Amino acid sequence: MNALSLGNLTVTYSGRGGDHVAVRDVDLHVGDGEIVGVIGESGSGKSTIALAAQGLLPDTARVQARELSVAGHDVAGFSEDDWCRIRGKDTAMVFQEPMSALNPCQRIGRQIAEVLRLHGLADRRTARARALEALRQVRMPDPERRLDHYPHQLSGGQRQRVVIAIALIANPSLIVADEPTTALDVTVQAGILDLLRSARDTTGAGVLFISHDLGVVSRVCDRVSVMYRGRVVESGAAQRLLRDPQHPYTRALLGSSPGPGVAPRAPLAVIDPSQHLEQIPAVVS
Amino acid sequence: MLDIRGLRQEFGHGRSTFHALGGVDLHVGRGETVGLVGESGCGKSTLARAVMLMRRPTAGRIDVDGADVTNLRGPALRRYRDRVQMVFQDPNDSLDPRFTVGRSVAEPLAAQRVGGSERRRRVHEALEEVGLPTDSVTRFPHEFSGGQRQRIAIARAMVVRPELLVLDEPTSALDVSVQAQILNLLVRLQTDHGMSYLFVSHDLAVVHHMAHRVYVMQSGRVVEHGPARELWHSPQHEYTKELLSAVPTVHSRSHRAGPTSG
Repeated sequence: MNALSLGNLTVTYSGRGGDHVAVRDVDLHVGDGEIVGVIGESGSGKSTIALAAQGLLPDTARVQARELSVAGHDVAGFSEDDWCRIRGKDTAMVFQEPMSALNPCQRIGRQIAEVLRLHGLADRRTARARALEALRQVRMPDPERRLDHYPHQLSGGQRQRVVIAIALIANPSLIVADEPTTALDVTVQAGILDLLRSARDTTGAGVLFISHDLGVVSRVCDRVSVMYRGRVVESGAAQRLLRDPQHPYTRALLGSSPGPGVAPRAPLAVIDPSQHLEQIPAVVS
Repeated sequence: MLDIRGLRQEFGHGRSTFHALGGVDLHVGRGETVGLVGESGCGKSTLARAVMLMRRPTAGRIDVDGADVTNLRGPALRRYRDRVQMVFQDPNDSLDPRFTVGRSVAEPLAAQRVGGSERRRRVHEALEEVGLPTDSVTRFPHEFSGGQRQRIAIARAMVVRPELLVLDEPTSALDVSVQAQILNLLVRLQTDHGMSYLFVSHDLAVVHHMAHRVYVMQSGRVVEHGPARELWHSPQHEYTKELLSAVPTVHSRSHRAGPTSG
């Protein structure tokens, strides 16, 4: 089974200024136990994909797809009630900003346990015990005491661990992580990336990993799709694709990133939107 | 040109004193780019602001070309700010949304009492320098993209022809391809004008690309400094090593892994 299967997905936002196609004809599959990265710059459509995979698109979005399967459910005709039955249980989300994902007025133990309570998976006592277990799983220091803490008492990295604990607690088959480390310092980021990998190893969940950061994607993902202006321009095994990119956009993106492979102060590659690189046929390796 | 010695900055008092800077020494040569890296709360932005003389330091001194500037005030402080300008992370912080681009860019000139056609000429020159059309002067910041707004902020800093630019995370809010344009621009401006840069960033790859020398800060102190290449390839301090090994890069890791001489 695939944790996520999107076939020919097109998402159109309609507004006063007319229609805007945010995602055009995208094929994307996340197998069980696989971490698939979607990489792109602002406006590439990567966050729209994340939202579509969680049924969180706004009412102004129109979705067309040949296939739309999330954690084994055909979600094409899903109502909000249908989504509520699988969100948190079969599919879970990790957002960029842990402070806005957590309720500032609730102790974190209760917020973790809430997932189990809402889905009727555990009674109060069991839920609390499972919450503690989840905090251990995300390697929270001093987990017993943390259960009764509020989000503001934790550091940014610890808060993101709580968010991941919430995502993991009901053993979902799909985890969507939207820029989960963008707000964190590099040393904290490294810990969170390790955690996501080991969570995948122990639970066998598929992970859709959305990021703008090529380095992060190469560290954590098995496969990667590169998006530009609503289309997937290149996809393939992460290490190979980033070492030996084929599509002109992927090449330009890599060439625009400073790093030890580029001579200091030498001009970095510049992407010219008028070249419409997104219209060059996609490369699948 | 810039010499900082024993700079301390404390906030609060008594037992609750927070030592944001615990005695920092830093030197920036003429035409040189000095990178300042560290994680949140390490004091790098406090140090950048100290260089701008925004807050009086608790102790230590700042010299520019051998003259003590630490306690400048009044007209002397205004003249100092013609020589040292700052570019912030978020251009929205430095551009007033109600001002036209022309007015924002011209503002630092008012302090220099440059007016009339000379002021117009200098504004046009600064905009051309950063690659924006001169008819931008009548438009407002919201009409521009994030990258263009950062160009406007750079034009505003450049208009007084400073000798030192303090750049505080100038590309952290931008996409990589837009960041590339701004970094290219900064390199060109330095080549053309010989300015010095104090480049503050949490992004080690960006700092490695831009800086001739790098200072690494942790908890208000400089733990290591040296030429960018040396620091990147053979870091000495434990914290620098930890920081570098945490940086995920796509460019082959062998660049860093192998033993290097020097």
